[in-house]
Amino acid sequence: MTEDAALLASRLGDDALVLGQRLCQWITRAPTIEEDLALSNIALDLIGHARALLTLAGGLDGTGRTEDDFAFARSDREFGNTLLAELPNGDFAVTIARQLVYSHYAVLYYEALAGAALPELAAVAARAATEAGYHRRHADGWTVRLGLGTAESARRMQAGLDHVWPYTTELFDEDEVVRRLDEAGTAPSPAPLHAPWQERVGEVVGQAGLSLPTPRWRAHGGRQGLHSEAFGPLVAELQSVQRQFPGGTW
Amino acid sequence: MCDLPDPELPVVSLGELGVIQRVSKAVDGHLEVVFTPTFLGCPALPAIAEAIAAVLAECGHPDGKVRQAAAPAWSTDRISAAGRRKLAEHGIAPPRPVNAPTPVRLGLGAPCPHCGSAATRPHSTFGPTRCQSILRCTACGETFPYLATV
Repeated sequence: MTEDAALLASRLGDDALVLGQRLCQWITRAPTIEEDLALSNIALDLIGHARALLTLAGGLDGTGRTEDDFAFARSDREFGNTLLAELPNGDFAVTIARQLVYSHYAVLYYEALAGAALPELAAVAARAATEAGYHRRHADGWTVRLGLGTAESARRMQAGLDHVWPYTTELFDEDEVVRRLDEAGTAPSPAPLHAPWQERVGEVVGQAGLSLPTPRWRAHGGRQGLHSEAFGPLVAELQSVQRQFPGGTW
Repeated sequence: MCDLPDPELPVVSLGELGVIQRVSKAVDGHLEVVFTPTFLGCPALPAIAEAIAAVLAECGHPDGKVRQAAAPAWSTDRISAAGRRKLAEHGIAPPRPVNAPTPVRLGLGAPCPHCGSAATRPHSTFGPTRCQSILRCTACGETFPYLATV
């Protein structure tokens, strides 16, 4: 069971790490200096969540791997993040749409995990839920502003939602690992959170005068290490310094 | 140790911020200091751990341990009255209590540390450090940092 718990922690850590890395690509490129600060601060929080979760995973699976071992010494197939987290940034509206769907999920799931039987996981989740709540307010605010802004901003915000939507169901997927943890009472499954998530996101999308997409396909495979084409360059960039100077510190 | 200045907000000490959780004897008999990270990704955490270790060594406990504990989670409610006063004196509006109702009148309602006016509005929800946001005073026109309530 601790192996399952380790896998859960590393998957959640990978989501946070990869999304944090993606958001860092906005630094110096955001539309305003306030947004540069916002996106980079959110990235900082996410990488903080990743550090705690990956450290926990290395302790639980008995390998004693550190957060750096997880981030810098694994191949892309060993990452268990969802495809949503690695989705290229697109324009600002695509990034906001990705932040909207992820942060609403993160708040709900971390709140549920705050009651997990593993005290270390529960502690990290409780704190991460509060921080994700701050990210959610940022995404909610922008979704509504862009939706109610100009015809062009509304069109882009709707296009952003349409683009990220097929990637959202993977966040709530339940496989053998999740099922065993849920049945043993170690950690709850995210599957029952899909309906309340859709309701909450739907409320914000409604306020923005936009509509919830109804895609005819859904992405999956990330949790099993089957990643998109855009993932390779992201991992290469993330690991470039450690590959040139293995074990280097400063 | 509680008098150590915070690396990012040196006007307040770690004790006043409520970052130091406890000092006790660990199972192996060595002194152990447990501290709570304000934010999980706070870049000042290694600096805080190092500063605490240095104090332990100085006080004759070179084998003392410094441990970070996520639970119970840090909240701005842990900032002491003296900490809040010092923040305000240095132009940083202190946070409201976590469960206090948001004032209906204007924005976040943190009074301006320059002129005292309550007519302030949010300017940027993220600021120079992760724990601060930026407000603007509509009375005197100045912007000022606000320690966001979490």
